[in-house]
Amino acid sequence: MLNAIQERFSQGHRTSRYPAEPPQMPDRLRGLPLLDASRCPEGCQACADACPTDAIALKADDLQLDLGRCLFCTDCMRACPEGAINYSQEYRLATRTREQLVINGKALELAEALDDKTRKLFGRSLKLRQVSASGCNGCEADSNVLGTLVFDLGRFGIQFVASPRHADGLLITGPVAQNMRLALEKTYAAVPAPKLVIAVGSCAIAGGPYIGHSEVNNGADGIVPVDLYIPGCPPHPYTILDGLLRLLGRLEEKR
Amino acid sequence: MSVSTAERRPHALAVPLADVGQVSIDELRTSLVEQVAEGGRVSALFGVPQPSGVRLYAVVVFGHDGTISVQATDVGDRYPSLTPDCPQVHWFEREIAEQWGVVPEGHPWLKPIRFHRSYRPGHDAWNRTVGDTIQPCVTDFFRMEGDEVHEVAVGPVHAGVIEPGHFRFQCHGEHVYHLEISLGYQHRGVERHLVGGPNKRSMHYMETLAGDTSIGHATAYAQNLETLSGAQPSLRAQAIRGIALELERLANHTGDMGALAGDVGFLPTLSFCGRLRGDFLNATAAICGNRFGRSLVQPGGVGFDIEPERSELIRKRLRPALIDVAGAMDVLWASRSSQARFEDTGTVSQETARALGLVGVAARACGIDWDMRHDFPSGIFRFTYVPVSSWHSGDVFARAYVRALEIQRSGVFVMKQLETMPGGALETKVGPLAPESLSVSLIEGWRGEICHVALTDAQGKFAAYKVVDPSFHNWVGLMMALRNQQISDFPLCNKSFNLSYCGHDL
Repeated sequence: MLNAIQERFSQGHRTSRYPAEPPQMPDRLRGLPLLDASRCPEGCQACADACPTDAIALKADDLQLDLGRCLFCTDCMRACPEGAINYSQEYRLATRTREQLVINGKALELAEALDDKTRKLFGRSLKLRQVSASGCNGCEADSNVLGTLVFDLGRFGIQFVASPRHADGLLITGPVAQNMRLALEKTYAAVPAPKLVIAVGSCAIAGGPYIGHSEVNNGADGIVPVDLYIPGCPPHPYTILDGLLRLLGRLEEKR
Repeated sequence: MSVSTAERRPHALAVPLADVGQVSIDELRTSLVEQVAEGGRVSALFGVPQPSGVRLYAVVVFGHDGTISVQATDVGDRYPSLTPDCPQVHWFEREIAEQWGVVPEGHPWLKPIRFHRSYRPGHDAWNRTVGDTIQPCVTDFFRMEGDEVHEVAVGPVHAGVIEPGHFRFQCHGEHVYHLEISLGYQHRGVERHLVGGPNKRSMHYMETLAGDTSIGHATAYAQNLETLSGAQPSLRAQAIRGIALELERLANHTGDMGALAGDVGFLPTLSFCGRLRGDFLNATAAICGNRFGRSLVQPGGVGFDIEPERSELIRKRLRPALIDVAGAMDVLWASRSSQARFEDTGTVSQETARALGLVGVAARACGIDWDMRHDFPSGIFRFTYVPVSSWHSGDVFARAYVRALEIQRSGVFVMKQLETMPGGALETKVGPLAPESLSVSLIEGWRGEICHVALTDAQGKFAAYKVVDPSFHNWVGLMMALRNQQISDFPLCNKSFNLSYCGHDL
């Protein structure tokens, strides 16, 4: 008992000061991609050809990238002869619509808060049922980690609960394999209305590396209505947390 | 001891398919029984479609002398099952039946493992037709009959933030007589889509087929490409892969130790380890920008360097983390009530573990000192030595203790490698793959042995690519561990294995 208290003192207080202070991100973080179409040589398709999920489209001097499909890998960067694609350390990536995830040099329209009525319901207490619909345990792990003392999700009134009956919404990960479709539909039906759906990771948004496989449904869209998209493979825990707080209007209050 | 007829070869060698020993199914049965008796373990058994019928390939590994044997046999739509004579292949034969519509006659429990259609149209092991719908885990389960005997069904959607699977317990009150595990909810068709590769998706399948083992599977895959193309990654690239592999082990083992402490209600270690796991993931992110090491391993080398300043920074962060993780373990071991819950819970005997061919932590916790880093060293592990950690008791305590030992030893390894980084280019070019060849790659992932087998066609493309995640061998270990336990100990036993659903379902 005493040794546990001693160890507690020795390890110290570890909860991050976010959102009062911005989080410390690794210098090589692959956050929001930066596109510079002016560098593209005439007719070059190297990045689009290298992209494993066809997230990049080149149309008449316009370089478009779909963050929903993007695996945030390095294949396009490695293929580009001119360094037209780079990653920034910008970790804030969540949007309210699928279309907003398609970027072409313009600023990303980050997720707006819920309407006042819904926000009044969930703004200070949001209970989520997590459904791993054939996720690889990457998004699951970096969602689960929000419950640790570092992020301390509970201080924001957000909690993962054990039953959909106790939940205000679903946090879905994975490309939704055919074998998980019915379970996802049933879990969604079991959540009392009004309810939210949050799609975390490129698999849940568009199918991830499994896009187009007959074994999967290319994500949760089309099976359940999605209210928040959090891209990444997997998204950094702060990307997920930022999305959740943004949806609840909890970040605006601070500014 | 009689020596089996199967030719043994060193691993990490491309074998022309023509040189793979062709035997009859009866010869294969005799050979597998002999090889297992000599200390071999069936690492992979899988089917590859032929113009008529299916060719089965059996890969047996011999840890004590670091050799492997590969044998092949042709079968039609049915053959006499190998499982009654060699229980290690029981799950493989179910997989073969499901994938290729080949019936192993006399298999004691022939059911689908992933619930998908046969890959050979017109051939189905259960005579299902195109019109029949296949629903996951809608199948027969082992059932007990008797007064007050009841069945408990759990999943696919579980109470925690965890992947889906279905557990069926046969109980009398709290007492569990039998647990049957049925998976397949995570099936994304990985192996089917690897055929015809390598292509631009192949590496991403590897990194996400079990996303908590990205480095392990990506390294196993890269090694196969390097073996088949003759590419030699530099020592520096191999050191970086080794560091990433051990950071993956550190992160996952630390997370598991916290979860085990949490499952017995010992909150200090749960809290400490929740944070410390993140410190190890962040060390991986400091190398490549991604906490799971995505894009770090590339065929022919690595995508990111660890420069001296970066090495210094990572060591500066790891030093206190390793001290804190040791402290988190010390308070757990000092908690007698936690120990009482760990000891004699979920015991698997060494005999059972050997018979079923368990791997990794689950096997080492039964006193079986199999560790691919030691038995089949590849990459940087050919030049350095990580002691094999084992314990004899086979219970939850043993699986926890082996993890705690491995945390210490991986910590020492990572710090030493970071201090003494060898030189060399980050990447070497991977040329065309040798045609009509076979290569086996073995990696000790954090859960255990990862076995990848690549077979190329006449053009040097994958004719087949077999992935065996350690979970494929070990789910049955969890079933055995639950026998004669209380159902309330299931979460603890499950966590002590912490197996991958998606790594199994592929």
